[in-house]
Amino acid sequence: MAEQVVTHDGEGGDDATRRDFIHIAAGAAAAGAGVMAAWPLINSMNPAADTLALSTVEFDMSKVQEGQQVVIQWQGKPVFVRYRTEREVQEAADTPLSDLKDPQTDAERVKEGHQQYLVVVGSCTHLGCVPTFGTGDFGGWFCPCHGSHYDTSGRIRKGPAPLNLAVPEYEYLSDTSIRIG
Amino acid sequence: MSDHESTYVPKTGVEKWLDTRLPIVRFGADYMSLPTPKNLNYWYTFGGILALCLMIQIVTGIVLAMHYVPNTAMAFESVERIMRDVNGGWLVRYVHANGASMFFIAVYLHMLRGLYYGSYKAPREMIWIVGCVIFFLMIATAFLGYVLPWGQMSFWGAEVITNLIGAVPVVGEPILIWLRGGPSIDNATLNRFFSLHYLLPFVIAGCVVLHLWALHHAGQNNPVGILIPKDRQAKDTVPFHPYYTVKDGFAIILFLIMFAYFVFFNPNALGHADNYIPANPLVTPAHIVPEWYMLPFYAILRAIPDKFGGVVAMFGAIAVLFVIPWLDTSKVRSMRYRPQMRTFFLIFLVVCFGLGWCGGQLPDAHVIGDFDTFILIDGDLNSYLWLTRLLTAYYFIFFLVLMPLVGLREKPLPIPASISEPVLSPRIPDAAETPKAV
Repeated sequence: MAEQVVTHDGEGGDDATRRDFIHIAAGAAAAGAGVMAAWPLINSMNPAADTLALSTVEFDMSKVQEGQQVVIQWQGKPVFVRYRTEREVQEAADTPLSDLKDPQTDAERVKEGHQQYLVVVGSCTHLGCVPTFGTGDFGGWFCPCHGSHYDTSGRIRKGPAPLNLAVPEYEYLSDTSIRIG
Repeated sequence: MSDHESTYVPKTGVEKWLDTRLPIVRFGADYMSLPTPKNLNYWYTFGGILALCLMIQIVTGIVLAMHYVPNTAMAFESVERIMRDVNGGWLVRYVHANGASMFFIAVYLHMLRGLYYGSYKAPREMIWIVGCVIFFLMIATAFLGYVLPWGQMSFWGAEVITNLIGAVPVVGEPILIWLRGGPSIDNATLNRFFSLHYLLPFVIAGCVVLHLWALHHAGQNNPVGILIPKDRQAKDTVPFHPYYTVKDGFAIILFLIMFAYFVFFNPNALGHADNYIPANPLVTPAHIVPEWYMLPFYAILRAIPDKFGGVVAMFGAIAVLFVIPWLDTSKVRSMRYRPQMRTFFLIFLVVCFGLGWCGGQLPDAHVIGDFDTFILIDGDLNSYLWLTRLLTAYYFIFFLVLMPLVGLREKPLPIPASISEPVLSPRIPDAAETPKAV
């Protein structure tokens, strides 16, 4: 039988010793415990259950007059419901896609048969301010925070914002009412 | 200068008893008797002023926290209650609010002093880096504090600044929701910002201890920018106390006079009127502007026509400060002996003020009245947008190009061998003389 001398401090070969194993196991356990202790502390800052109970909002479209915008609150954010004039709809439809930073046709941004109503989340896609209605160089919105301009379809035309105003998920419950979310 | 021999001799019985058990009196005495270069001018008093600012903010902050309610339903009204009903509440609030501005005035002068006299150069890199950490923490703390009154500027400042993190690709969105504790800025956000605004000043205080430790170990820089040779220690230094405690004290009094002017006669001059309007999550005020001390960085963010690019440029403007010790290639510390760099520094100073000015203007507004030029890429050439871009370019060129390049190419003026020489020797050394080793 071959003899192998193993001393307590691990001399006796390049093989990992029991002591090395204990070091790794203890170190791994400590690191694991550290992560497990840190995670609940970090996770406590994620949205709480009451916040996560996301709401849907119903809205009666007959409250908006032609040329007007109504702002409703949905999940803490403003949603713009705009009744566009015929000229504004035409302008939005006539814009060539090559002029757009984030190309989207107007038809992709409204519901079929309800072209006059534009429903968008009123948060500038740059850093989240609420753009002001009917201002800016393109007749849509202007964001006062860093100077982004949106057109009558809520598409980004100028300034630091990267994307068009987001269209939330919504559907027509009847001819005059929608549910957002 | 560093690690000087302790000269403290305990006199009374109590001091002797304590000294063998916890030499805390010795620590304080050695600290106060530190040999300090005797040519320090008034630009060197801002460290003491900043320490005072930190203490004022912590003390007034603790008092305000006794009356403030960190809840969206009551925050704004609780601050108004402090103004109207709490005894001297108006004073404590105005001191705290204006104190933040005073803190930033002092820190900017403190940093520019360090930049001019090369206080970041070997062996003082760690003093500088810890200082940069403190500066970053100060910005974060001031931002968190500004959110608490829950006015319009509070709300929309919080919206924009948290969204900066949301601009980071892939991980930005989850971090943003984590930071806010929900899909939008709301009570969860305000509540945690209060907690963190209370915490960070104590982290700053801890960093200040490291800042001073590094300062005392590497030794104080001075306007001549030379290390004091061991054999000249006795001639070129004086003990910190009473010479610099009195000098700092005098500067502090002047500083407090200015502070008091703002608090008592013009308390809202440095603030924004819109923060007297309660937060409205549905309307961003048309004249939204950040606090004055953020304006240069805000201008840099706005100059870049790209979301993530702007965020990178803005954080880059602060990040570049951390590596200055390695960007500056010159062997000469003080710009007093660097004629070319001094010119570029003065331009840099003007650029910083310019960036701050541009940050307060509408980007599309004309710089020169009715003067019409042409559209360049996405803005009129004669607009604040393009002026800001020009200034932003210089800001980065100063650090990334001029600092390394000028350091290698410029011919510095002769440097005195000791800090008493320029004062004592009547002869001004001629420029042809080669610079002495530093």
